[in-house]
Amino acid sequence: MSAPGTAAFCLRLLRRQLVLAVRRPIDIGNPLLFFAMVVALFPLGLGPAPDTLAEFAPGILWIVALLSNLLTSDGVFRSDFDDGSLEQLLLSPQPLYLSVLSYICAHWLVTGLLLALVSPVFALMLNLPVAGIAALFGSLLLGSAVLSLVGGIGAALTVGLKRGGMLISLLILPLYMPVLIFGSAAVKAAVTGAPAGPYLAILGAMLSLAVALAPFAISAGLRISVDA
Amino acid sequence: MWTFFHKLGSPPWLYGISGSILRYLLPVTLIGLAIGVTWGLLFTAPDFRQGNSYRIIYIHVPAAVVALAGYYVMAIAGAVSLIWKMKMADIAMKSCAPIGAALTFIALVTGAVWGKPTWGTWWVWDARITSMLILLFLYLGVIALYEAFDNKAAAAKACAVLSLVGTVNIPIIYKSVDWWYSLHQPASIKFTGESTIHASMLYPLLLMIVCFYALFTCALLMNMRGEILNRERRTSWVRKLARGGDV
Amino acid sequence: MPLLAARDLCLERGGRQLFTGLSFAVLPGQLIQIGGANGAGKTSLMRILAGLSRYGFEGQVERNASLLYLGHHSAVKAMLTPRENLAWHVSGEGVYSDAVIEEALHKVGLYGYEDVPSHALSAGQHRRVNLARLYCSSSPLWLLDEPFTAIDVAGVGELEALFARHARLGGAVVLTSHQRLGVDHPVVPLDLDTGIAP
Repeated sequence: MSAPGTAAFCLRLLRRQLVLAVRRPIDIGNPLLFFAMVVALFPLGLGPAPDTLAEFAPGILWIVALLSNLLTSDGVFRSDFDDGSLEQLLLSPQPLYLSVLSYICAHWLVTGLLLALVSPVFALMLNLPVAGIAALFGSLLLGSAVLSLVGGIGAALTVGLKRGGMLISLLILPLYMPVLIFGSAAVKAAVTGAPAGPYLAILGAMLSLAVALAPFAISAGLRISVDA
Repeated sequence: MWTFFHKLGSPPWLYGISGSILRYLLPVTLIGLAIGVTWGLLFTAPDFRQGNSYRIIYIHVPAAVVALAGYYVMAIAGAVSLIWKMKMADIAMKSCAPIGAALTFIALVTGAVWGKPTWGTWWVWDARITSMLILLFLYLGVIALYEAFDNKAAAAKACAVLSLVGTVNIPIIYKSVDWWYSLHQPASIKFTGESTIHASMLYPLLLMIVCFYALFTCALLMNMRGEILNRERRTSWVRKLARGGDV
Repeated sequence: MPLLAARDLCLERGGRQLFTGLSFAVLPGQLIQIGGANGAGKTSLMRILAGLSRYGFEGQVERNASLLYLGHHSAVKAMLTPRENLAWHVSGEGVYSDAVIEEALHKVGLYGYEDVPSHALSAGQHRRVNLARLYCSSSPLWLLDEPFTAIDVAGVGELEALFARHARLGGAVVLTSHQRLGVDHPVVPLDLDTGIAP
């Protein structure tokens, strides 16, 4: 027996989270289904005129992606808190910063990444010009990772509370707003023929900042929640 | 230095000293506010474009400035509470939130009242108004999180983390909203240029800002004193105080 | 040097003083049983000792050795098999071969259940998956909160023997239980009011 490397431990954690997700495929499917249904609400509410839909499509797609991320964020640590796995993680000699990052990475892989992959289909349903699809995919890819990290903070702070679901929205929606602004702006820019690169670069900057700082807040939040 | 820190952590000492500070600060603040309001509302010239409606600036701007500063006070108190585990910092942080939220709300309402005669509408999705709205959400989030915990020690720590996260985010939110607005700014709304405010209008404004800071401090101390008494209600010094004794 | 030393621990919950001025040291070879009625603060003390509670109490805890804490929750994932669960539980501490994992599961009586999804197992079996960690652990200090919950008589006997062996090998066990321990090793009682009797 030898002390395990941190990288090996984090990969193990990532694999465990993915195995857990794959064994409950409904948890992976639900956010996508939610995304599809809410997208379907907009033509019903706004009217089916293709021009109107095309104009609002970047905003609609981004807001729905944000809400679907919000709904899944609540569950990132919930089951591990309930069954005591989180206590063991906090006591393990491994750096919590990286463990937390593995959790978030697993969450992003089964929500944000999948959402980005299927988003072109919904973009076409909302009549988004084809020029905007690449930007939509790219901005969702980067932006949803930021959302997962920020959502993790809310999840960590509310995981010990019986009714965390509504509260987590109050805590993290204000923090989601910059991502929404630049995410939808990237798509709009691409649709009008302007370069989407600068917006994606800003999303990338936000992602770097979130990767650097959010795990500290999540770790602190988890320690507080387990303590309470 | 350390003895001061130690004293700061002692509830009876803080209760006593805040009482003495309030005894002087509160009357001075109220007099200052009265002077500032009278000066601003009655003795300054009307704006050449907006007429008298601009006078709401004497409430609106100080409230907005102090509301934002209050968030930083709250975050600093939160950081102190996390790093040094100081109970009084918990209390300070918890007491900041409702005051800050109230000031933000005042800034938003006065902004709307000001917007009606100036822009012809109660609400404009202007960069500053939107940012203030988000600030209100951040404050309400902290209050909601605090109330959601049964264990108040944990509640304070959780709120400290949240307010620190908010602190990192406030500049980002402000910048993005600012940028978002400049992208979408409707041409129909015209703003007066920067720093065109005349000195005769500026002095009462500065006085009001200083007074709002003092008012914030007074409200914070009063809130903290209430919270200290509530938390220490079982201790002998509070019982003695309740019987009419001295601290 | 003690494996763990607690100095002047004070804890208050809901305006009630659970313990105050509690000081003690856990030495290698000791088997310490924390006594007290329900609600006396045993679990709270265990969590303080483990380092899970960091706020809301006064005093210091000095930890000089790596520790293993098993609390009320089994940390067993229903969607994973006992083998996967145990492999994950021990992965923070060290690299274990499949054979070691399997042997530990056999020792706690889970032979034949290694690859059954855990949601098909009973509460006692979940507990056993959890306790299998003890057979793999290299940590000298064990903090066990009610380890006998949902364990049958034969299982309790095996655990007691394991605790005694761990103590004789220079480890230490701190546990809470309402049960009298039947071990051939001196059991040190720890009282929440008076600490460890000298």
